[in-house]
Amino acid sequence: MVTTSDYAGLKPAWCPGCGNFGILKALNRALTEMDIEPHQVLLVSGIGQAGKLPHYTRGNVFNSLHGRPVPPAIGAKIANSELIVIAVSGDGDAYGEGGNHFLHAARRNHDITYLVHNNQVYGLTKGQASPTSDVGFVTKTTPYGATNPVNPIALAIVSGASFVARGFAGDMDHLATLIKKGITHRGFALIDILQPCVSFNHKNTFQWYKERVYKLEDEKHDPRDRKAALEKALEWGDKIPIGVIYKGDLPVYEDQLPALNKSPLVKQKIDPRRVEKLLAEFM
Amino acid sequence: MPIDFNFMVGGEAGQGVQSVGFLLAKVFACGGYHVFADQDYESRVRGGHNFFRVRVSNDKVGAIAEDVDILIALDSDSIQLHQAEMASPGIIIFDGEKIKGVSGNNGSLLSIPLEKMAEEKAGDKLMLNTVALGAALSAVSYDLTMLNRVLADHFGSGEVGNKNIAAAKAGYDYVQSERKGKFRKIKPLSEAKRMLLTGNEAISLGAIAAGCRFMAAYPMTPASSIMEYMAAKSKDLDLVMIHAEDEIAAINMAIGAAYAGVRAMTATSGSGLCLMVEGIGLAGITETPIVIIDAQRPGPAVGLPTRTEQGDLQFVLHAHHGDFPRAVLAPATIEDAFWVTVKAFNWAERYQLPVIILTDQHLASSHATVDPLDLSQVTIDRGILFSEKEDAPSEYMRHRVTKSGVSPRAFPGLGKALVVTDCDEHDEEGHLTEDAAERTAQVQKRLRKISPLNKEIGTLRKYGSRGAETTLIGWGSTYGAIHEAVDILRKEETSVNMLHLNELWPFPTKAVVDTVSKARNSYVIENNATGQLAQLIKAETGYDVSRRILKFDGRPFTPAYIAEAVRKETR
Repeated sequence: MVTTSDYAGLKPAWCPGCGNFGILKALNRALTEMDIEPHQVLLVSGIGQAGKLPHYTRGNVFNSLHGRPVPPAIGAKIANSELIVIAVSGDGDAYGEGGNHFLHAARRNHDITYLVHNNQVYGLTKGQASPTSDVGFVTKTTPYGATNPVNPIALAIVSGASFVARGFAGDMDHLATLIKKGITHRGFALIDILQPCVSFNHKNTFQWYKERVYKLEDEKHDPRDRKAALEKALEWGDKIPIGVIYKGDLPVYEDQLPALNKSPLVKQKIDPRRVEKLLAEFM
Repeated sequence: MPIDFNFMVGGEAGQGVQSVGFLLAKVFACGGYHVFADQDYESRVRGGHNFFRVRVSNDKVGAIAEDVDILIALDSDSIQLHQAEMASPGIIIFDGEKIKGVSGNNGSLLSIPLEKMAEEKAGDKLMLNTVALGAALSAVSYDLTMLNRVLADHFGSGEVGNKNIAAAKAGYDYVQSERKGKFRKIKPLSEAKRMLLTGNEAISLGAIAAGCRFMAAYPMTPASSIMEYMAAKSKDLDLVMIHAEDEIAAINMAIGAAYAGVRAMTATSGSGLCLMVEGIGLAGITETPIVIIDAQRPGPAVGLPTRTEQGDLQFVLHAHHGDFPRAVLAPATIEDAFWVTVKAFNWAERYQLPVIILTDQHLASSHATVDPLDLSQVTIDRGILFSEKEDAPSEYMRHRVTKSGVSPRAFPGLGKALVVTDCDEHDEEGHLTEDAAERTAQVQKRLRKISPLNKEIGTLRKYGSRGAETTLIGWGSTYGAIHEAVDILRKEETSVNMLHLNELWPFPTKAVVDTVSKARNSYVIENNATGQLAQLIKAETGYDVSRRILKFDGRPFTPAYIAEAVRKETR
C-alpha cells in the first residue's frame, strides 16, 4: 500500500506561498491514491520553477533542458511503455521555448501526461512576461504591455490532444482528481494548471483566480463535444472554467507501433544475428 | 587483362538516372566484380543535371575514376558536359531521335532509338532508360541473363519486371547487331557473394546489429535514407523510428529512449546538427549514451545541400558549451561504416556519453561492394549496470562518483531503484545542486572517462613505404581516393605513404606523433577549405602540417586529382 511518505522528496526551494506547493501536493495525492509506486513513475521536467518539482517528490527523474521535457518523455515512453510518464513544465517552458514540441506531441497524441504550471509570468528569471501573460501585462521586458497570449487549451484541442483539462493550484482536491484522470487516460493528456506566482504576478493572484474559476463538473458540459470544448477553451476573463474541457477517443501514437506489441522495447533482447537476413537482401 | 571500367549515366532529375546507375552497379556486383559508384545530384526533384558513376574492377576499388568508358546520356546536357571526360575509345549511348545536333567524335557516338524501342518492345516509352541499360551492357558483351535476374529482383516478376526485361533485351540485341565485337568484353567472374551497400545502409545495418531499437530524426539530405531504412525495417525487426517535428525534438527523444535503457540514435547533416547542439551537452551532463550521425554537406547554413564536404570536424569537436567528454568517429569506407557504428554504440554505453559519427554525402550515398560481414565479430558491451541482486535499490545513485568516472546504470521502471538525472549540475543521486564540492566532483568524474576511452581510440591506417619522402594524411571518407593516389604515385617511383584516421576524438596523440614526427614532408588531404584536421593535429601534437591539399567545391576527391596535386607540390 502506497502512502504519502513514499512521495516525500527534497525540501522545495520555492517561495513561501507559491502555487507550486498545491500542485506538488495534488500530484503526490493522485499517485498515492492510485497506489502507484515511485519506481513505476517517470517525471520529465524542463527548466523554470516548475521544472524543479520532480526533485521535491519521488520517482524516476529526468530533469531536461528548457522547453524540452516533452521529447525525452516521448522517447522514454516508447522505450518502456510500462512506465507512467508525466512531463512537467511551466508556461514559458511549455508554450514558449517548447511550443513546437507541445503542438506535435498533441498532434501525434503520445501516451503521456503533461502538467503545465501556468502562472502567466517567468518566475525563475525574475518577472518577465510569459506567452500566457494577459494583454497589457507590464514587465521589465514588456514595457508597453504584453500582447496577445497563447491559448494552450484551444491549441491542444485543435492540435489533436485527446485529453485537455484546466486545474487550479488553489483547489487541490479538484486538481488531484484531474491528474488521476490524466494519468488514466490513454493518449496525450494536457493539464494546464492556474498557478499564482506570489513574487512576480501581482495581477493574477490567488484571489483573482478564486473569484473567476468555476467547475465544469457543475455545469452541463460534455467534454466529448469538441465544439463545446472549443467554446469553453475561449472563455477567459470574468469567468474561467476548470475541469475536463475535452476528452476524445483518438488514435494513440504508440498504438500504431508494431515493435511495442510484444513487450516494452527495453525488455527485448539484443542479438546481432537479427541483421543477417537484412544483409542477404543486399547480395 | 585487368578490368577497370567506368560507366556514367547522366540526365535530368526524374529521368531515372539513379535507378539505371544502381542497376548497372548491381549487375556487375552480382557478376563478381568490385564496384564503386557515386551520385552527383542537384537540390531539385525535376530537371537540372544529375549523374551516377559506376566503376567496375577486378580489384577492390574505393574511389571513383575520372575517365568515362561508356556514357548513357539521357539528355543533351549530359553529352555536352561530359564529352571531355570520355576515354578513348569510349561510347556515348543516346537517343538520336530525341537529342538532335550532337557532334563530336563519331566513333564514340552510338545513337539508338531508345524511346521508340521502349514503346515498341515494352509498350512503355518511359522504359527507355532500361533499353539504354541493355545497350550499355551489350557494348561490353556482358551476360544478359544476369541482367534479367537483377531486373526481376528489382522490379518483381510481374508485368513491370517483364516489361523491363523486354526493354533491356531490345537494347541489348540492337547493339549486338550493330556493333558486335567492336568493343572490349567484360564477362561475369565467379559468383562471388558480395553486398552492394551505400554508406547510409552500412550505418543502418551496423545500428541494427548493435541492437539500436530507437531512432528519432528529421529528414535532411544526405542523412535521410538512414531514417527511411530504419522505418522500413521497423515492423520486421521490432524497432521504432519516429519522424520528429524538428532536430531538437529528435535528439531529445533519442536521449529519453537511451535514458530508459534502449540503444538510440539520430541522424542529420550540419545545419540539423546545429539545432541538436543543446542535446549533445544534455547527453554529456546526464551521461546518457547516444549515437549521432552527421552526414556532412558543405556549409555554412544550407550551403550546397546535395554535395559533399568534410567541414564539420572542428564543429563537432566543440559543439556545446562547457567541458565534458565525447567521442568522434569518421568511417573510412562503406564497410568501415558498419563496424564504426557498432563500436559507437558500445563506446556510448561503456563511457555513457554522446558519440558522433562523421560521414559525408560522398560516403553516405555512394555504393560499394562489401565482402560478407562476419557477424560473430559484433560484440555488445552495455557497460557497467547496477544489479539489484547485489545492491539495495535504495542505495542506487545514478551519478555515483567512482574511480573510473563511470557510474553503474540502472533503467527506470525495470527495478525498484530510482534513476534520477538532471541537466543542472547534480549530486551523486542526480538531484540538482549548486554545492561547489559536488560540482567539482561531478565535472572531474565525467572527465575521468576520457583517459580510458582515449586508450581504445586510434586505429590509424597506414599504407605505403616506411620512411617515404611524402606522407599524405587524411580522415574519413577520403580513404579510398588517397589510398589509390598513393598507388598511382608509387608506380611513378614517387616515395609516398599515407596515414588515415577514422577515430578522431579523444585524439590519438601518441600514434599521430609517432608518424608525423618521422615524416619528411606531410600533407593533409581534406574536403574542406581550412584544413580542419591539420588544425587538430597542431592543437593536439604541436606539429604543423602546413602543406594542405584542400577541395571545397562540394565534389569528392578522385585519386587522379590527389596524385596530380601531389605531383605539382613536389615537382
